[in-house]
Amino acid sequence: MRKVMTGHKAVAEAMRQIEPNVVAVYPITPQSEIAEYYAEYVHNGLVSTELVPVESEHSAMSACVGASAAGARVMTATASQGLALMVEILYIAASMRLPIVMALANRALSGPINIHCDHSDAYLARDAGAIQIFAESAQEAYDYTLIAQRLAEHNQVRLPAIVNLDGFTLTHSVQVVEPLDDEPAKKFVGSYKPIYPLLDVDNPSTWGPFAMPDYYFELKRAQVAGIEAVPETFLEVQKEYEKATGRNYRGFFEAYQLEDAERVLVVMGSTAGTAKVAVDELRAAGEKVGLLKVWLYRPFPYAEVAEALSHVKQVAVLDRAISFGAQGALYSDIATAFAHRDRRPALFNYIYGLGGRDTTTEHLTQTLSELKSARPGEELRYIGLRE
Amino acid sequence: MPNIKTLAAREEKQARFAPGHSLCAGCAEPMVVRTILNAIEDPVVVANATGCLEVATSRYPGSSWNVPWIHSAFENVAATIAGVEAAYNALRRVGKVDRRIRFVAFAGDGGTYDIGLQSLSGALERGHDFLYVCLNNEAYMNTGVQRSSATPACASATTSPVGDAIPGKPQDRKDLTSIVAAHHVPYVAQASVANLIDLANKVERAMSYEGPKFINVHVTCPLGWRTKRDSAVPMAKLALETRYWPLYEVEEGRYKVNYKPKKDVPVEEWLKGQGRFRHLFKNPDLKSKIDDFQAAVDRNWDELLRKERWTQEDAPETP
Ligand SMILES: Cc1ncc(C[n+]2csc(CCOP(=O)(O)OP(=O)(O)O)c2C)c(N)n1
Ligand code: SF4
Ligand SMILES: [Mg+2]
Repeated sequence: MRKVMTGHKAVAEAMRQIEPNVVAVYPITPQSEIAEYYAEYVHNGLVSTELVPVESEHSAMSACVGASAAGARVMTATASQGLALMVEILYIAASMRLPIVMALANRALSGPINIHCDHSDAYLARDAGAIQIFAESAQEAYDYTLIAQRLAEHNQVRLPAIVNLDGFTLTHSVQVVEPLDDEPAKKFVGSYKPIYPLLDVDNPSTWGPFAMPDYYFELKRAQVAGIEAVPETFLEVQKEYEKATGRNYRGFFEAYQLEDAERVLVVMGSTAGTAKVAVDELRAAGEKVGLLKVWLYRPFPYAEVAEALSHVKQVAVLDRAISFGAQGALYSDIATAFAHRDRRPALFNYIYGLGGRDTTTEHLTQTLSELKSARPGEELRYIGLRE
Repeated sequence: MPNIKTLAAREEKQARFAPGHSLCAGCAEPMVVRTILNAIEDPVVVANATGCLEVATSRYPGSSWNVPWIHSAFENVAATIAGVEAAYNALRRVGKVDRRIRFVAFAGDGGTYDIGLQSLSGALERGHDFLYVCLNNEAYMNTGVQRSSATPACASATTSPVGDAIPGKPQDRKDLTSIVAAHHVPYVAQASVANLIDLANKVERAMSYEGPKFINVHVTCPLGWRTKRDSAVPMAKLALETRYWPLYEVEEGRYKVNYKPKKDVPVEEWLKGQGRFRHLFKNPDLKSKIDDFQAAVDRNWDELLRKERWTQEDAPETP
């Protein structure tokens, strides 16, 4: 049934249906409402979850690690500074192959302190070993929370997963969302089968050992196998989701008016919605423009992205965070995707929307228009910045 | 109450902590860990903070742990075991676990007094059902004997060296046991490698309570204290005799001092056996530091006795 709700509520509803055994959370704007909704479910007896209202995000992720290793299905949620506190333990969670699923209400990292959206938090966790998915809407945040749970828990994968949703733009705005009924949602997610759980006291296992140069490398290589199993599993789970719901999520990214496009925007998150309007406007004026919206950010689908963009003349890659001293993180991925291809578009790196700065349709139509005559180069370009 | 026989029988039967670890020869920690694990009859899950014990018992692909064991990071062992306990509660609720399982966290003084204090305080306040054991060897030993807030005043540590301007650690140690007691958890105690039966009794008493339990165990580190390798127990014993490390417990808010030495043994006796205090005896200018040290020990002891009197009407008279 279609309902009107915020992104927060959509994610909280997905969590209620998943009904993890343990949720450990700490409040931070713009994530807090997820924690609050979930606390209401627990306190009203709607879920059997053990809520651990920790004293910091560092402890949130630490409790998630303990609970997940113990054999529980575990979820959390955070944003910005909270993720920064979690990162140390997120690396450990990934190395232990623990399928902890979390919503990340994207918010700019301090300083200066700011509560609004950009993707600096997601980029901070980029190399942690967690799966990262970006949602464009509250609906996608809901759907991908369910999908992420299946993906993270898949036997070949067993990795933490982050579902990114833009702070305020998605978390706080009221949108039309069509959640599944509880029964099909629960059936889709299924039950969790832990391996070597700590609570199997008759078969004791040692978690988190100390590894010296003689083994560390091999253990990290083994972790690569997990993340390499993600793409195929992602497509499988999407297909099953489509079977269960009729909802069409196909592929690692959404290609919008891409087939014959000459100039293209690449974005992640809610700005894709604005980009679609910009593309529509320019298409109406006869311009061959398009959009590639990344869903699966980690692991990055290099080959598929390159394939989808190979016919394009100019590509503007939009990064919602600065990687100081380097090109934007998404731009670097796109550039890498073309490293071994002869046929490649001219690539341009735009930084946009830092600290919640609005990016409008006009900004994006202008970006697409200026691409025509733009001279390729490594310099960063900025959208919506007062210089 | 467990005695040597029951502990030995359990060691035989359970063998929870295997030999073959790489803790230094003469280290006090393995005796303490074995005693604690043998004092508990139910199955246990152990969480371990980064530090000597963790590093020396879990080198991949080996493990000394014959019980489920998890190490995650340095500062988060309390949150980690809290997560394990939360999982246990949740899985019991839905019928996926039916055994009674107990939870024990081990951390060093650095992992407890300093970097892990917030995580410990949070877990105590939330009331998780677990035993937290601080293996207090009075410095960051694993990383090369740097000072911690448990390091006694004047001690030489690698980040509080004896220099011409500053002779060792200028600050007094933190009274962590009191900080934990201020959380009003059911059971808090100080114990020592010098009295393993007392330790085993404390563990058993602790485990009779639901909720957070805390035991601060004084463990000699011959390497960091610069004492003889065979002196782990006698050195720790001197800490008891000199009242530097009182054995006591706080059971539901009532203090009980478990050992009150009959004789007044000056703290000098404990200090002088350790290389980390050698400068106090070599340099006549530092003689007054020993007096200050003694004064602090006396103050702490008197305060402890007062707490005992206040909270335990029927406690024996102070000697
Ligand atoms: C966040 C973090 N900071 C620093 C370290 C380095 N480190 C590892 S163990 C340790 C000291 C441990 O001291 P303590 O807790 O007293 O245990 P001990 O080794 O003395 O038994 C330090 C500083 C670390 N692993 N993680
Ligand atoms: S350094 Fe000290 S505490 Fe660490 S293993 Fe050696 S003796 Fe034990
Ligand atoms: Mg120590």
